[in-house]
Amino acid sequence: MAEISIRDVRKSYGKDEVVHGVDLAIYDGEFVVIIGPSGCGKSTLLRMIAGLEAISSGEIAIGGKVVNDLEPRERGCAMVFQNYALYPHMSVAGNIGYALKVARMKRAERDAKVAEVARSVGLDEFLDRKPGQLSGGQRQRVAMARAIIREPEVFLFDEPLSNLDAKLRVQMRHEIRRIHNRIGATSVFVTHDQHEGMTLADRMVIMNKGTIEQIGTPEEVYDHPASVYVAGFIGSPSMNFLAGTVEAGVAAIRLGNDGRIDIAAERAKALDGKLVQIGLRPENLSMVAPGAGAITGHFEFAEELGSGRLYHFQFEDLTLTVLSADKHSFQPGQEVGLTADPVHVHIFDGATGARLDTLEPMRRRASLEVAQ
Amino acid sequence: MRRAYFKNNWVAALVVTPQLLIIFIFFYWPTSQALYWAFTLEQPWGGGNEWVGFENFRYLLSDDRYWHSVWVSVVYAVCTTALAMGMALILALFADRQLRGYKGVRIGLIWPYAVAAPAIGLAFRFIFNPSAGVASYLNYAFPDFWNPVMNGDHALTMVIIAGAWKQVSYSFIFFLAGLQSIPRSLTEASAMDGARVMRRMWDIQLPLITPTVFFLVIINLTDSFTDSFGIVSTMTSGGPARATNLMVYKIYEDGFRGLDYSGAAAQSIILMLLVVALTFFQFKYVERRVHYS
Repeated sequence: MAEISIRDVRKSYGKDEVVHGVDLAIYDGEFVVIIGPSGCGKSTLLRMIAGLEAISSGEIAIGGKVVNDLEPRERGCAMVFQNYALYPHMSVAGNIGYALKVARMKRAERDAKVAEVARSVGLDEFLDRKPGQLSGGQRQRVAMARAIIREPEVFLFDEPLSNLDAKLRVQMRHEIRRIHNRIGATSVFVTHDQHEGMTLADRMVIMNKGTIEQIGTPEEVYDHPASVYVAGFIGSPSMNFLAGTVEAGVAAIRLGNDGRIDIAAERAKALDGKLVQIGLRPENLSMVAPGAGAITGHFEFAEELGSGRLYHFQFEDLTLTVLSADKHSFQPGQEVGLTADPVHVHIFDGATGARLDTLEPMRRRASLEVAQ
Repeated sequence: MRRAYFKNNWVAALVVTPQLLIIFIFFYWPTSQALYWAFTLEQPWGGGNEWVGFENFRYLLSDDRYWHSVWVSVVYAVCTTALAMGMALILALFADRQLRGYKGVRIGLIWPYAVAAPAIGLAFRFIFNPSAGVASYLNYAFPDFWNPVMNGDHALTMVIIAGAWKQVSYSFIFFLAGLQSIPRSLTEASAMDGARVMRRMWDIQLPLITPTVFFLVIINLTDSFTDSFGIVSTMTSGGPARATNLMVYKIYEDGFRGLDYSGAAAQSIILMLLVVALTFFQFKYVERRVHYS
């Protein structure tokens, strides 16, 4: 069993605190993706789990054992680095088998194991090559094999796909998921790429400026973002945001001068008179006749996506995007009505950016998990 | 690689002339003079010379004292290089770990490079003096344990230690730079693979700085052969009984004390050829084993 529990972990470099008290519980065998923009502390958190970075305060336990003062080799973690960190002077076989060599495994046994692991990632033809003679994807596989061969309880990934081209990245993503399903080690994967995060994760941890914004399954995070920050970070094309005031009398949010978006009556009553930010995903907006919609936008241009089109509209001083499978041909400047189903309207506090409906239950869940 | 282009050649010539002039005055001209003298018999007080062909070389190569000097020089060069590089490497490996206070240590280790050889020689002469220096305490505890004034092996050891000390800082700077150019993620990866500090140094860091090691071996050996005069002159004057009579010191002794200019010139030529051959040999055979990433 290798569940990871992180309690109030902080990291500071001198006076600068970069991780401000993170609480997180990762279950045995789970695939957790930590995602956030660069500088949000996600890599630092991963490196603290690995033991490559000292923990300033708080506690990290792996499999019930506090590892704060343990060396990396005593923690049972394997790690795949962003730049692969392959040993350039060793052959592929040497790289993959290095951990076993250090552990004093017998030569014959080691070679057999290396061959087996190399075959499982499709590297058996390249065992005698040096890393410099391999392509990016092959190097990536060597890095994976080097981690797999140790049969770790915890698998750590530090942005391992960011040096690959787009096609290979998708391919390796699938491979990582396959390997995870096969060996079942607890995995923590750090990335800034939301596609990687959404597709790989059992649960996602969204970080911003050294704190956790939200923990949840990709679906939860997408459907119920806990804050404006998460809502804007997750989802592509990204969410539209509009400022408005809730009016209980008409069960709607008043937007700008003449925009009005309907919401459920009880939600409107609870938030009457409040200044809010509403979030609308491009795929939840639909285009209707001018005047018939909640707001009227002026068409700017459309982007062809093949499966659909992304329409850009000007509404007052904002740009709104609408994703639709329908192919319209609007003239620039043409007025188009835009409308949204009330269930897909995300409402956030205008001042704090926090979600104003389902936020509390989500937060409570996160802290319950830590308490376990 | 950036290249500079000049519109007209005489600007280029103007730029390189000072350097060419310096090289000519301080290297080619003296060398050619020495080469000429090596084939003549020069009068000690001037006034003409006589062409003697290879006579100077023939005499040297049949002289046991000269061969002894070559042997002592080789011992000195190999030992100094090994000792200096060994110490520099250990210091650099630990400085690279950035333990507490390493910045101070780093500066402290670079300073000795700025100390002139005779000053080092004097300092070590005091330290190793059998009756008055630091080593006299050793002799007090163990009588006759240390006496470089009488014992040739002791004297050679002393000169080697002083010479090595002088060269440690130079090698240290290069080793530290080499180690710091290794991506930190490589040592981190080997730490994750279970290797401890010493194992990481041996398996990862050392193999990756072999180009630096190769460079330093050449520089240190060359320096030990050609740059040991200051230390020998201040510490032992080549004694006792020629035990520390290194080739450079013997050139000075024979030429300026013994006034055998021709013999000294022939020795300089041999020394130069020796260093050239050594460097050539290393580039030809040792460099193959160097891993350039």
